[in-house]
Amino acid sequence: MSMQTFRFELGELPPAAEALRAEVRAFLRAELGDASPVRRAHSWGGFDREFSKKMGARGWIAMTWPKRYGGHERSALERYVVLEEMLAAGAPVSAHWIADRQSGPLLLRFGTEAQRQKFLPAIARGELSFAIGMSEPDSGSDLASLRTRAERVPGGYRVNGTKVWTSNAHLADYMIATLRTSHDPAKKHEGLTQFLVDTKLPGITMSPIIDLAGSHHFNMVVFEDAFVPEDMRVGEEGAGWKQVTTELAFERSGPERYLSSFALLLELIREVSKDPGERAAATVGRLVAHLATLRQMSLSVALMLEAGENPNLEAAVVKDVGTTFEQEVPEVVHALLGIEPTIDSGSDLQQVLGFLMQRAPSFSLRGGTREILRGIIARGLGLR
Amino acid sequence: MNELRTILGDVVTRLFTDLVTKELLESSETAWPDALWRAVEENGLTLPLLPEAKGGAGGSWGDAFVVARAAGRHAVPLPIVETIVGSWLLSGAGLDVPSGPLTIAPVHRDERLRLTRAGGGWRLSGSAARVPWGRAAEHVVVVTEGEGSTMVTLAARGAAEVTQDQNLAREPRDTLAFESAPVIAAAPAGRGVPARAVWLYGALVRSAQMAGGLDYLLRQASQYATERRQFGKPIGSFQVIQQNLAVLAGHTAAAGTAAANAFRAADRGDAAFEIAVAKVRVGEAAGIGAQIAHQVHGAIGFTYEHALQFATRRLWSWRAEFGGEGDWAAELGRSVAERGADALWPQLTAR
Repeated sequence: MSMQTFRFELGELPPAAEALRAEVRAFLRAELGDASPVRRAHSWGGFDREFSKKMGARGWIAMTWPKRYGGHERSALERYVVLEEMLAAGAPVSAHWIADRQSGPLLLRFGTEAQRQKFLPAIARGELSFAIGMSEPDSGSDLASLRTRAERVPGGYRVNGTKVWTSNAHLADYMIATLRTSHDPAKKHEGLTQFLVDTKLPGITMSPIIDLAGSHHFNMVVFEDAFVPEDMRVGEEGAGWKQVTTELAFERSGPERYLSSFALLLELIREVSKDPGERAAATVGRLVAHLATLRQMSLSVALMLEAGENPNLEAAVVKDVGTTFEQEVPEVVHALLGIEPTIDSGSDLQQVLGFLMQRAPSFSLRGGTREILRGIIARGLGLR
Repeated sequence: MNELRTILGDVVTRLFTDLVTKELLESSETAWPDALWRAVEENGLTLPLLPEAKGGAGGSWGDAFVVARAAGRHAVPLPIVETIVGSWLLSGAGLDVPSGPLTIAPVHRDERLRLTRAGGGWRLSGSAARVPWGRAAEHVVVVTEGEGSTMVTLAARGAAEVTQDQNLAREPRDTLAFESAPVIAAAPAGRGVPARAVWLYGALVRSAQMAGGLDYLLRQASQYATERRQFGKPIGSFQVIQQNLAVLAGHTAAAGTAAANAFRAADRGDAAFEIAVAKVRVGEAAGIGAQIAHQVHGAIGFTYEHALQFATRRLWSWRAEFGGEGDWAAELGRSVAERGADALWPQLTAR
């Protein structure tokens, strides 16, 4: 056990990335010009296939992938700029975003040539939407305890079991499902395998899981003797755990981990700007100080990724600090203004507050709970 | 990291590790550690920003950050950062930089000294409270208004009447009273140096020192948690301790980033936004960090015997010096509100 060094070196975005920023902003102004603040507050929850196709046409999906798979061979930093601009503007990215962030890179790394040819160009065009099938009723943070079975049958696998919290599975075309292919309880990490699952397959039943605010984005996905062809397996049998942990690292490092409440901060500033008293100014100033620092930390991780380093520890730190900030914003607004949060009445500020107050508990759950992340950080500190 | 920064980093770490011992920290609470000052000065750590022709390192604020953060990490009981800021102000105004420790004044936002012409020279009047290392500094660098422009003045500390005081870490924080005192030199401040430069750059260097102090807390508390055993195992194996130290790690990382970013901005020009961000973010981290580090250490960390207090007492004072978080947050918030909500993101991404 020894303490690793946390490295948050400052870096510069290259001029090409900054030039791209202006282009992205102009696009977003045209596309989202009259979107309401509460719609923008949905941030990366918004699902809009038409928007995703326009992104694809611009070359802003699959930006870093090889051209032979429909990618654009641009730098990870250019991708970062597109991403942070999308999130800051509250663009509805979720129809392409999961595939762009996780599923596509997974296939690039571990998929067969045929899988890459079939899926990656369509993802890049914004035409193919993915969901992530990891959690199960009895497997949340303890991901290695997954039980949904994939049994070998002639030509493929027969799948039985249940996935839950599968965001947008009812809208997505495919799901990357992590399934159990062997059952040795002593080697539970080694019995997992990932599959590309067509969400329209016979034997798959989806039912909504309604969130506390009454919205439908989660699903329960039940597999009953669903047949998944052999050529839809991603990577080797038993390699699923390693692939999943790689995938989760992609999921943890981006600007989506500190910008979820940005729309509320903007509405707060709009309100306070009318007549900024000392207390209101100090409240805004403190939030901006946190935000500005998080952006530099997040950028620092992006630069490390671009340099080919492995900033898993730093990514966990950014997500932990970032989600703490995101969750604090509605609390701070409440403490300062005491206005009633609303659903669809009152001011924009009240509605954005109402929406994010109800959304905030999820910020430190999705993509690894706060406790799991802090465990990763503690390991980096040499404590475990 | 460039070469100078790497060399500076190695030099400061070696020097401070060797010389800034627990015994030295204890004795310097009542007496000026002269030998340590001379070693620091001989190694060129006090003038990183001065051109080489003037005996400096020809470096940048980014280089000065390495020194200031290390000084904070080791709780170095010397006015290194005050000398860095003071010599930069003098040099920017075209004035010669004397050897020996410098301090800067006044350190409170609404405190002003008066500079008036007298014959061929200038005279300085007024009182500056809680000036860091006032009694120990050989010279005082004062930024003030004189004849309609921002002036940088060099005065001998002997020209002031000194009333001793101290901060929680027993670092001198003395009142310097000038009564129509003659000055050594005065000149208009360098281009882009604001009238409140002492306040602003004082906040900048305290941010770096605090970031260093947090580095120490994280390392020390993590180390302690692996060594201290209770219930038959190291306390660091308990999840609750792990989770608290992970929180400390987050604040430490944020503090280091915010401070480094402010120093980078200082190299680019107007750094008021980034300095405000740093003082707010690092100051908040300092309070939370000290609390967690003490909790992890239990009763032993509450003793004078344990070295933890050299860091935490400094953090508790430094976060309030040159403006506390509330002060800087209000300034930041007013400037953000003035520009309007839609200007925030473009501003954040332009810097």
